[in-house]
Amino acid sequence: MLIKQADDLRYSDITPKSLYFNRRRFLAGVPAAFLGARELLSPSARARAGTTKLTAAKSPLSTTGEKITPEDDVTHYNNFYEFGTGKEQPADLAKNFKTSPWTVSVEGDVAKPRKYSLEDLMKVAPLEERVYRHRCVEAWSIVVPWIGYSLSALLKEAEPTAKAKFVAFESLYDPKQMLSPFQAGIPLPYVEGLRLDEAMHPLALLTFGMYGETLPPQDGAPVRMVLPWKYGFKSVKSIVKIRLVSGQPPCTWNEVGANEYGFYSNVNPNRDHPRWSQRKERRLGEFGKRDTLMFNGYPQVAGLYSGMDLLRYY
Amino acid sequence: MQKRRGSKILVFLLCLVPLLWLGWRAWNGRLTANPIEFITHYTGDWTLRLIVIGLCITPLRKILNQPDLIRYRRMIGLFAFFYGCLHFLTWIWLDKFFDPGEMWADIVKRRYITVGMAGFLMIIPLAITSTTGWIRRLGGKRWQLLHRLVYLTAVCGVVHYFWLVKSDIRQPLLYALLVAMLLGWRLRTWMRPAAKRPAPMRKTPAPPSPVYSQSGQLVEREPPAEA
Repeated sequence: MLIKQADDLRYSDITPKSLYFNRRRFLAGVPAAFLGARELLSPSARARAGTTKLTAAKSPLSTTGEKITPEDDVTHYNNFYEFGTGKEQPADLAKNFKTSPWTVSVEGDVAKPRKYSLEDLMKVAPLEERVYRHRCVEAWSIVVPWIGYSLSALLKEAEPTAKAKFVAFESLYDPKQMLSPFQAGIPLPYVEGLRLDEAMHPLALLTFGMYGETLPPQDGAPVRMVLPWKYGFKSVKSIVKIRLVSGQPPCTWNEVGANEYGFYSNVNPNRDHPRWSQRKERRLGEFGKRDTLMFNGYPQVAGLYSGMDLLRYY
Repeated sequence: MQKRRGSKILVFLLCLVPLLWLGWRAWNGRLTANPIEFITHYTGDWTLRLIVIGLCITPLRKILNQPDLIRYRRMIGLFAFFYGCLHFLTWIWLDKFFDPGEMWADIVKRRYITVGMAGFLMIIPLAITSTTGWIRRLGGKRWQLLHRLVYLTAVCGVVHYFWLVKSDIRQPLLYALLVAMLLGWRLRTWMRPAAKRPAPMRKTPAPPSPVYSQSGQLVEREPPAEA
């Protein structure tokens, strides 16, 4: 490993943890007067599951002007139902998740189907670090420096045939390591899908790491999608299969409730979830709420949906 | 008398434990990455739990033949209301920031909020009329009838929970079962003809456990036992 450069500091180092704990205590109504004294005894950040350093060039496609969410929040506030429906459960239940060896099968309507080892998959294109906003359908959001490359690089290598119109993703489902579908409350394995042109958009990131290291299990190790203009559940985790198909593939949350979770699930402040508003969101670490932006503030994807009624195709 | 007061203090402190635990977690920065959501769910959970515990009192009195359990019911009910207020306050303050327009929009548009709000509104008069003075003013029968509103609050609470979860319904299902059992038990008791009902439990028709201050003055009378 080379000598660490200044900009390779862990992100948790940039914003002192203690400031965040301070804020939370205040929000919880604990008298501010005690805070200074208590600060000395502040608990240290929680240890991170076995991840290794991952270096990547900074990408010009990064979102700018956003404060990065503390890493400890991103790794301890997860929706990964295979490892529990509680927000802090995945960090605990996934800590021994086995991610090596790992293979990803690229198959279906492609000229060159192939089973990639994780090592080979990571070499398909140079890794980039991209800072993206990430907006959950539950109306909270984070800003994360992901590491990966545009999925289009992999798809081009596979050479989709003329029949290929959609891309179907499948997560690992290993009952020995994960909960049952009943405990998770959703059918498993988790499946997701995109239109081929959406999957080819440069913002669609095949992701191997975050915060300068490989992905921790609870955030979708060893490889996941990140689709910053869509609600978080579209960004499928722990991928084992990428299949190009001619018809719209099934998507887990869409199967659970089609009126609540559409196939597209683009971030759209004008289309409420039937049970809650999508107008605003709470950025983790912030007290107030902020307005949710169309396509989560990524207007460059609008062309994919020109002429479509986005209230109907939600 | 000293022992009886001691047990009430114990129940009081037990009811405070969830709040102290919340404070402890806040103190240690353990309210998850989304503290406001955590506080909302936590206070909501405890409101529902205390309502269920309160509804257990009457069946337990009869089944365990422990009529004295009635002494704790008012306090448990008031604590349910207390946690309900915290839950409500979290919503209007930390979720809606006291914006009446936003609040109203949510109440009419989001059915889980509509039903939650209905349940909350219904226990407000119960908290107000929980005093001995109000029992006297209303008269036992009418007071009892009014306080049956808590059955509706319990149902609203469960439906509120059911409608807000995304997919994992195990928790709301558990509360639904408990509330169904507790209300079912009452229904069964009412349906049974009066002749077959068990005889009144008190051996002597003494007035229900009065509580005296140290100077010997009557300070508190227990509410009517049925309901």
